[in-house]
Amino acid sequence: MNTTGPPLWLLAELTYRCPLHCAFCYNPLDFADGAELATADWLRVLREARALGAVQCGFSGGEPMLRDDLEILVAEAHRLGYYTNLLTSGIGLDERRMAALRESGLDHIQLSFQDSTREVNDFLSSTRTFDRKRAVAAAIKRHGYPMVLNVVVHRLNIDHVDRIIAMAVELGAEYLELANAQYYAWAHLNREQLLPSRDQLARAEAVVADWRRRPDAPRIYHVVPDYYEPRPKRCMNGWGAVFLTVTPDGTALPCHTARMLPGLAFPNVRDRSVREIWYDSEGFNRYRGDGWMREPCRSCPEKTRDLGGCRCQAYLLAGDPAAADPVCTRSPDRVRVDAAIARAQDAGDGRPPAQPLLFRTPKASCALAGR
Amino acid sequence: MNDAPLSKPRIARHYRLQWEPVQDCHVLLYPEGMVQLNRSAAEILMRCDGTRSAAAIVAELETAFATTGLADDVAHFLAHARDQHWIEHA
Repeated sequence: MNTTGPPLWLLAELTYRCPLHCAFCYNPLDFADGAELATADWLRVLREARALGAVQCGFSGGEPMLRDDLEILVAEAHRLGYYTNLLTSGIGLDERRMAALRESGLDHIQLSFQDSTREVNDFLSSTRTFDRKRAVAAAIKRHGYPMVLNVVVHRLNIDHVDRIIAMAVELGAEYLELANAQYYAWAHLNREQLLPSRDQLARAEAVVADWRRRPDAPRIYHVVPDYYEPRPKRCMNGWGAVFLTVTPDGTALPCHTARMLPGLAFPNVRDRSVREIWYDSEGFNRYRGDGWMREPCRSCPEKTRDLGGCRCQAYLLAGDPAAADPVCTRSPDRVRVDAAIARAQDAGDGRPPAQPLLFRTPKASCALAGR
Repeated sequence: MNDAPLSKPRIARHYRLQWEPVQDCHVLLYPEGMVQLNRSAAEILMRCDGTRSAAAIVAELETAFATTGLADDVAHFLAHARDQHWIEHA
């Protein structure tokens, strides 16, 4: 049976270099080896993925503004017919480059904030960037781009959701993504400090619901933390179904965190065409469809809805990428999720536990990788 | 709310309508998202260019497809498209 459709989304992670050091980053823990594709490689990836059918293109990282060929890549993506999205911290996005990107055909900018306050924004990113981000937001609007504000939500800022939405209104954002942290990579390392309590989450949901009734609110995408759901998310809308991530060194992944999974060799765009990678590689075929499932997924009437959830979460929490996502209450490993929730409730509201956050820095990355 | 038959809808700012051969359909693209359109939705949206009134769009479609009585379907779709922020009024 071959029902594999084309990739529709290409996420181009141009670099893992980043001026910020966010404690919830989803980049891999061992990001610091530094190898990056050349401009010509990326141009070929853009053409090959577009020929297969990819139509949304995200330029991300790390901080994509650190690539000085970004304008060249955006121009080619635009020429090929992609809808082009820049996912940025705003650092390095000065007036000159903003105008050049507009000229290149960039369609949209997603700007990250860590909080509505300077104090928490600068603490969580381990930088002094809050004022700069506000200036960048104003410039984005001046240049006529649609703007998505993206704020990763967790224990340390979830009680600020009302002020975060108010900030999005003030900055003129068309969309606001309140994306509860997903507990992978750096966020998983820091989960005890970041997972909100059930009470915090309930209050935040009420605030969002109130704002949604107001005519002046931006469109709010509220991503709830899956730990608090009884069923897993339909991760990436299915493994190898629509998303194709290419990492800075050219490794192709069905999702941006899949590199952590053991026993899978992911292909590299330096060695193989995007078509071979998408349709013929072991890395993309392993968890397609439902043939790989075991119980309780295999006989589950809901398996076509959530597709067994997330392979990375299964590996992180159950130690086996082919297990049911432990978020599911039918998973024998749900107890691990419940234990994390119970600890979050015991820790009370807002206050971080005594254990320090581990920030995403090259030094910390090398230490974790044993280098 | 605009008076539907006389208003002149156009594709909303930041949205883009284009034909995707691999998907064999028109799609509407917007920040980090995409809507796949069926044939009739695409035929209507292709004519939402800010110069044609809703009534003119109905007349064109009825001519193009040699039929009558499309006014209700078109009005219904345009209301939906406006709710979804796909179109705005010139």
